Amino acid sequence: MKKSNSKKKKLTGQGAKTIEFKNHNDMPLCAVSLTDTLYNKTGSWRSIRPVVQKDKCISCLLCWKFCPEPCISMVDGKPVIDYDYCKGCAICIEVCPKGAIVSEDEKK
Amino acid sequence: MDRPKGLKYTIPQGEIMSPGHLACQGCGATLAMRYALKALGRETIVVIPACCWSIIDGPFPYSSIGVPMFHTAFETAASTASGVLAGLQIKNKHKVNVLAWAGDGGTADIGIQALSGAVERGDDFIYVCYDNEAYMNTGIQRSSSTPYGAWTTTTPGKSFKTLPKKNMVEIMVAHTIPYAATANIAYPEDFIEKLKKARDIRGPKYIQILAPCPVGWKYSSEKTIKLGRLAFETCIFPLYEVVEDRYIVKKPSSKRPVTEYLQLQGRFSHLKAEEISKMQEYVDSAWKKLLKKEEQA
Repeated sequence: MKKSNSKKKKLTGQGAKTIEFKNHNDMPLCAVSLTDTLYNKTGSWRSIRPVVQKDKCISCLLCWKFCPEPCISMVDGKPVIDYDYCKGCAICIEVCPKGAIVSEDEKK
Repeated sequence: MDRPKGLKYTIPQGEIMSPGHLACQGCGATLAMRYALKALGRETIVVIPACCWSIIDGPFPYSSIGVPMFHTAFETAASTASGVLAGLQIKNKHKVNVLAWAGDGGTADIGIQALSGAVERGDDFIYVCYDNEAYMNTGIQRSSSTPYGAWTTTTPGKSFKTLPKKNMVEIMVAHTIPYAATANIAYPEDFIEKLKKARDIRGPKYIQILAPCPVGWKYSSEKTIKLGRLAFETCIFPLYEVVEDRYIVKKPSSKRPVTEYLQLQGRFSHLKAEEISKMQEYVDSAWKKLLKKEEQA
């Protein structure tokens, strides 16, 4: 099944995929979601902003491990928070043993 | 991603779940799914009945889960998993993990007959119940997994649930299940180890993971991990596994009083000293019973 161009435009998430089926036997029997949720920038939900202070960080990975989004990635051994998706739950601030992540008011 | 020296990943590094899902801030169930996908990998089919996760996953045609997901009716998680498994066997795909993923309402109340049937048939799948101790998705209604003393929207006025929590793991052990365990989102290494162990055992496997819920338990979202740790350290939600009727209990270094766990949560804020001492008695006797079972094995 080929998707028309107009349909492709609707699925504009970063992970949007188009899958082509050779014939009707290849097609799934029910509706299938093929696109991830990266289109949904949940960063707008945030009321506080966690900010990493890299000099205090000891790279213990606890913030990365307990991020429910997950929107913390480790770059050069230090956590980097993706503010497009961070909902501001402040778990990373709470679990950090060195207090290296501080909370700031979200500036609108 | 470069891995600099000194970074010790205790859980698998690869991420299967994508951000942008619809969970509340500080959701414990989301963490549980993140760890489960890390443990089982991409060769997994997830069966989800109506529960928080059917919303968290995202609206059609989007899905945050990164692996095939079968969304089914409330009471049918285990029976759908049996069907998916039968389909995979006909197609000769024996290496695909089937994971049934239900909340405590879909496990202990509504889904129990399907689960009991599937376990009795001995179908080879993993059933994970993420236990947030009420029907959180529909608005904090009391379930049979709600603990004694907790407030919910269906315990009217200032009253609270006066009955203890249903022990699903014991119900599963009574089915002579090959593997049953409890887990806790504050201990992801333990959970992932248990899932990997479960994956290598043939037959039905049951894991119940405590998933604190900021909305339903009425605490500030950053306390999710702290509450998970306290649930283990106060022995309110003990971590143990049952392999072929043999109990293995994980013990905290020192047992803390239950008040430390209760005072952080708004759902327990109405409790008076006598009720708290009653709860402490409940917890102590359950813990003693569990240790006795471990000794007997």
